[in-house]
Amino acid sequence: MAAPRASLRLVAPVWNRGTSGIRGLSKAVDPEGSQRKGRTLLQFLTDHFYDVEAVREYLLRKQVLKVQKKNRSFTYIEERYGPYVAGAYFVLKQGGAVKFRDREWMRANEQGLSSLEFRKLQEVPVEAVDASGCAINYQGLDNLLALKELQSLSLQRCPHVDDWCLGRLYHLADSLQELSLAGCPRISERGLACLHHLQNLRRLDISDLPSVSNPGLTQILVEEMLPHCEVLGADWAQGLKVGPEEQSPDAAGSPIPA
Amino acid sequence: MLRRALRLRLGQCLSGRGLGTYRGGSTLDCDGKVSKIKKKIQSIFPGRAWSPLYDTSHLPPERSDVVIVGGGVLGLSVAYWLKRLEKQQGAIQVLVVERDHTYARASTVLSVGGIRQQFSLPENVQLSLFSAEFLRNINEYLAVVDDPPLDLQFNPSGYLLLASEEGAAIMERNVKIQRQEGAKVCLMSPEQLQKKFPWINTEGVALASYGLENEGWFDPWCLLQGLRRKLQSMGVLFCQGEVTRFISSSSHMETASGEQVTLKRIHEVHVKMDHSQEFQPVECALVVNAAGAWSGQIAELAGIGTGPPGTMQGTKLPVEPRKRYVYLWHCPQGPGLEAPLVADPSGAYFRREGLGNNYLGSCSPTEEEEPDPGNLEVDYDFFQEKVWPRLAQRVPAFETLKVRSAWAGYYDYNTFDQNGVVGPHPLVINMYFATGFSGHGLQQAPAVGRAVAEMMLEGHFQTINLSPFLFGRFYFGEKAQEHCIL
Repeated sequence: MAAPRASLRLVAPVWNRGTSGIRGLSKAVDPEGSQRKGRTLLQFLTDHFYDVEAVREYLLRKQVLKVQKKNRSFTYIEERYGPYVAGAYFVLKQGGAVKFRDREWMRANEQGLSSLEFRKLQEVPVEAVDASGCAINYQGLDNLLALKELQSLSLQRCPHVDDWCLGRLYHLADSLQELSLAGCPRISERGLACLHHLQNLRRLDISDLPSVSNPGLTQILVEEMLPHCEVLGADWAQGLKVGPEEQSPDAAGSPIPA
Repeated sequence: MLRRALRLRLGQCLSGRGLGTYRGGSTLDCDGKVSKIKKKIQSIFPGRAWSPLYDTSHLPPERSDVVIVGGGVLGLSVAYWLKRLEKQQGAIQVLVVERDHTYARASTVLSVGGIRQQFSLPENVQLSLFSAEFLRNINEYLAVVDDPPLDLQFNPSGYLLLASEEGAAIMERNVKIQRQEGAKVCLMSPEQLQKKFPWINTEGVALASYGLENEGWFDPWCLLQGLRRKLQSMGVLFCQGEVTRFISSSSHMETASGEQVTLKRIHEVHVKMDHSQEFQPVECALVVNAAGAWSGQIAELAGIGTGPPGTMQGTKLPVEPRKRYVYLWHCPQGPGLEAPLVADPSGAYFRREGLGNNYLGSCSPTEEEEPDPGNLEVDYDFFQEKVWPRLAQRVPAFETLKVRSAWAGYYDYNTFDQNGVVGPHPLVINMYFATGFSGHGLQQAPAVGRAVAEMMLEGHFQTINLSPFLFGRFYFGEKAQEHCIL
């Protein structure tokens, strides 16, 4: 089957647009739909022919299955080599990087992952995981949560990490000291609320989260929630405008007497 | 040819007006006539509802395999799973009859929207666990091509149930059952509780159970709209009308032990339209009673409970509407972002709403204080006398709060044991129940929908065994009592 043309837009829906309002979701009250004057040929065909709709549903389902396949758990490796190696193998297969204790950062190279190295690392705990941009989802997080001595976790720009996943991070509360969630499109302030379990956290990066409704206020609330943690992210003054007294100092005048 | 016909009719219309009548308004009248003619011609085309006498496009179809009475989250969930579990695509025609498409009094949209696994019955825990998994993967279950993904606004903050000395042993037993079923719940002593949530006053608290995963609250309106959208794409028909009558036939049978039993079968459902006496008799094979707080009335229409008391025929469906209030207040020094949904041993509960120090909460009244369910008016005195003192005692910061607004909704309260009724009625053999969940229907709706669909299609429960929730227990007196009701 030939690859679809880019203009036909067979890609799964964009995740960022989901928060534009709950009531705009039903077909009858869809603000985006009514503004879209020129509907593409594909959408016209989908509305009028069941076959086209079935094919598109199948392609959508295939994309979802692809992500699920990437996040399956490697039970054989876990039984054979232990949880640390299984977790490291999972991260490396997804395209991330792993750092074992007292070793350098490891990344999957062109030849793939050789199993010789892993046999030596069965008892060595994993200290840091860099899973930036990987397609980790709720199921795949099982592999990471088994790494009981993980100190630093970077989930930057992961497209499938959402609030439900953050609700599971309490498993790593004893050891996790550094967490980065910058750029994840599906994380909102509701997921950040469950980070209060991570009392050993010292550095948290929550910059550039498009689904957070109020970044400045969220930063303040997260700082209050985790008093020992340094929270990097939105500048709390970013949503504020310069007040009238500063704009025109001449027009301020004297304060009105009480 | 169509346009010529329209122009001809327009011409006739203009010249047909007599002298001195409606000179100014004739153009408006003709536009209306034109659109009516257009509609009539369009209805002749294949695929439209055509009736030679008058326009019937607003009426439900004349026959449907399954009629679901009630378009709330439970009814839509049953419809979804029926279409999903059918053997062949398009095999089952489903019609959902909803009296009010604005859902102004529906329990679904007026609900606080919480989901928890902290129940005392293992079946309830299993139902909630599956429903949490459904909500987590909602964009895989309810995906529609070309439509944006759903954002349920789920807060994974968990539930914190507090227990006094008397309730501590029961809570420990419940947590053991919940853990056996796979829920992630942790028990906390008062000292641990004070350390974790310093804004709680732990006086009188002996034990606390805190749900760590799959618990929190979400937006029920979004779930409802997502289900509607998906059902429309799967070919389920929706109708706005009220069920006023069931036409059924009876047959007398004899059981193995020689008793006489009268079995009833519903053949037609009369659906009455809004603001008119017009009704449509819909022939059906199966009827699902998912009418929420009004399920008792629907059951009476089907003849359930008309018979000598003490017999199966005389056993009514013990579901009635009970009014519950929800108050929204603002408290500037209140609990922060980490606050879960806290439930006091006295029955008062609250949760955070949004980022602006707003909180939602309420308390379930005792049997003596039950408000009149005739209307949805809010009683603010109830907050002053019953809710606020209990909340202020538990969270001292709530002594300075200001109520912003409040609303009231109905629980479809099961007066027998406060748990749902699912499955067929023993005597009215083609009526299935999916109602009576007394305040935890929303959080169990996806799983209950699947169970009822399995019962309807296969004849028995396949994934979760809900036999303790069948109708027969009202006659045999076997209570499936749920102790953790909020």
